Amino acid sequence: MRRHRGLWLYAAFSLAILWVCGHEMLTAYAQLVLMFIGINIILSSSLNLINGYMGEFSCGHAGFMAVGAYVSSILNVWLFTSHKVFGPPVLSPSSAVYLFPLTLLAGACAAALAGLLVAFPSFRTRGDYLAIITLAVNYIVKSSVENIQAIGGARGFMGMRKVIEEMEAVWRIPWIMLWILVFTGLTVWVLHRFVSSSYGKGIVAIRDDEIAAEIMGVDTRRMKLAAFMLSSGMAGLAGGLFAHILGYINPGTFTIMKSTEVMVMVYLGGMGSLSGSVLSAVLFTLILEVLRPLQVIKWVVIPLLLILLMLWRPEGIMGDRELTDVFPRLRRWFSADKGDVHGAP
Amino acid sequence: MSGRGPSRWRDRERQESRVFVDTLLQNILNALQWGSFYALIALGYTLVYGVLLLINFAHGDIFMVGAYIGFFVANFLLGAYAFKIPANLSPPLVFALTILLTMALTALVGVTLERVAYRPLRRRGAPRLYVVITALMCGLLLENGNLALLGASRRSFPTLIPPAVYDLGGVLVTNVKILVIIATVLVFFFLEAVVRKTKLGMAMRAISYDRMAVPLMGIPVDRVIVFTFILGSSMAALGGVLFASAYPVLEPYMGALIGWKAFIAAVIGGIGEIRGAFVGGFLLGFVEIFVAAFFPSTLRDLIAFSILLVFLSFRPTGFFGVARATKI
Repeated sequence: MRRHRGLWLYAAFSLAILWVCGHEMLTAYAQLVLMFIGINIILSSSLNLINGYMGEFSCGHAGFMAVGAYVSSILNVWLFTSHKVFGPPVLSPSSAVYLFPLTLLAGACAAALAGLLVAFPSFRTRGDYLAIITLAVNYIVKSSVENIQAIGGARGFMGMRKVIEEMEAVWRIPWIMLWILVFTGLTVWVLHRFVSSSYGKGIVAIRDDEIAAEIMGVDTRRMKLAAFMLSSGMAGLAGGLFAHILGYINPGTFTIMKSTEVMVMVYLGGMGSLSGSVLSAVLFTLILEVLRPLQVIKWVVIPLLLILLMLWRPEGIMGDRELTDVFPRLRRWFSADKGDVHGAP
Repeated sequence: MSGRGPSRWRDRERQESRVFVDTLLQNILNALQWGSFYALIALGYTLVYGVLLLINFAHGDIFMVGAYIGFFVANFLLGAYAFKIPANLSPPLVFALTILLTMALTALVGVTLERVAYRPLRRRGAPRLYVVITALMCGLLLENGNLALLGASRRSFPTLIPPAVYDLGGVLVTNVKILVIIATVLVFFFLEAVVRKTKLGMAMRAISYDRMAVPLMGIPVDRVIVFTFILGSSMAALGGVLFASAYPVLEPYMGALIGWKAFIAAVIGGIGEIRGAFVGGFLLGFVEIFVAAFFPSTLRDLIAFSILLVFLSFRPTGFFGVARATKI
């Protein structure tokens, strides 16, 4: 019980939010913002694995997001609804309740496979050349989607709303909010475990000195493969969830602008700080919403803020420290792994 | 003559092959023009990277700023604003003046960016990545600042060169196209001369060769960097004005995609090498135009980027780039 305090806290927090949403005590707009916060947390913390912990410069995160979004949406629409291209539902619509997380994970797996497009070149290339490869992958994904007319091409793809409605017909729960909360928590937990595992240490070693790491016996290829696949898979997960919020996606959403947005969150939070990424995702989403009335000027203010940040505090909000390093008392709540060391339970 | 069957048939075949050759030549010309734009922008990336090891992501937007400055300068010279210049200039003179003034003003923008955003970071010895992020943000700032200031409406660039079409044995060439290609070739020789023959060029090469030793030799690093930005930005401005003369529609986001693609061109050629920027630019131009000629044009980006991906997987440092061995 004591070891999993963080987990229990998060579960309680999620239940509270679900209860509030279920009783319609939050406006639809506030719920939307909450959902976007969750998705941005997944995106920024997964990109932090590559751009922060591994020290590479990946600027194509939105491409993997697109893969996840399209694969899981197509699966859901094909399996659970009647669609003019995919025909009548393959499975009974009400089974979506159980199978929805599986289709999301299938989208994540597809995105992880797309991550191989970056992972394999990364064995030989580093730095700026790898950055260009990620960029190219982003464009390749976007224009492949644009060229497949069966899934709407540049017009976009819709019909995911019906899946959610089928699920709500079975049990009236804010399903999409539920899954966003679950997967956000899961992502942060998995990443936390990953970076404190020997894989995580290996990845940090690659950032500090790849050759030295290899000499010390770090299997750099395996580390890179794992990091890229995990990171892009999580981006795919975020994409799948994102697609089901509004029930409509189009390739124009997953451009280099979206990737830039995610990068901004990573650098705002601090490279190599998981809690920094979470904090900055929350902060950034809220800032975006606060600045929404400014319309065009919003995108003047945000880059300006970031330039000023880089001038005065280039390491971001947290640097490479975690929240528990800044406030040691928090460690009592959020350190399931360190409990073993102290023999706490 | 066309009375007999076989001869008529041969005539038709000859005509068809003639048409094919004509389309081929036409496409080669188009590719040279597109490649020229890519090359002119890729130069800025490659120059700055060669000296600073910084990917100046704002450079595509410097190109956009160049086109806009060109628009205002040209309209000013044509007397479209309240404050008029007394002399009545002939169109070719207006064009030449527009190019020169635009290059100067855009260079000023590039240098301002360097002074305000990049230099403080460099002075502090911030990691390269922070500078790259700053560059990315400067690009966004320029794009959206333009959008906020001037609005989203597109502007049409005034026609400074009266359009003329020459028919070279079935291949149609506009004078703008010839101008663009010639200008790019001239720029190539000019820059090669600057970098190889002048003292400043030698300093630029020295900085990219050894960052630590150069200041010790009494070479003013900051001045060399400013010079680099002047060169890169003015070439982007030249590209911008030429682009606007060929495709006279200006919008705030025009520099984004072409900028990314020019960066890709620079990388294919081997970033940091002037020859590389030109070869990469023209190569990308050829690939794009010929993909659009033989496949549906929506596949253009897809195929161009896939080729890039495959190319970089096999030759990670580009055409002219040399892999630097890391000492242990």
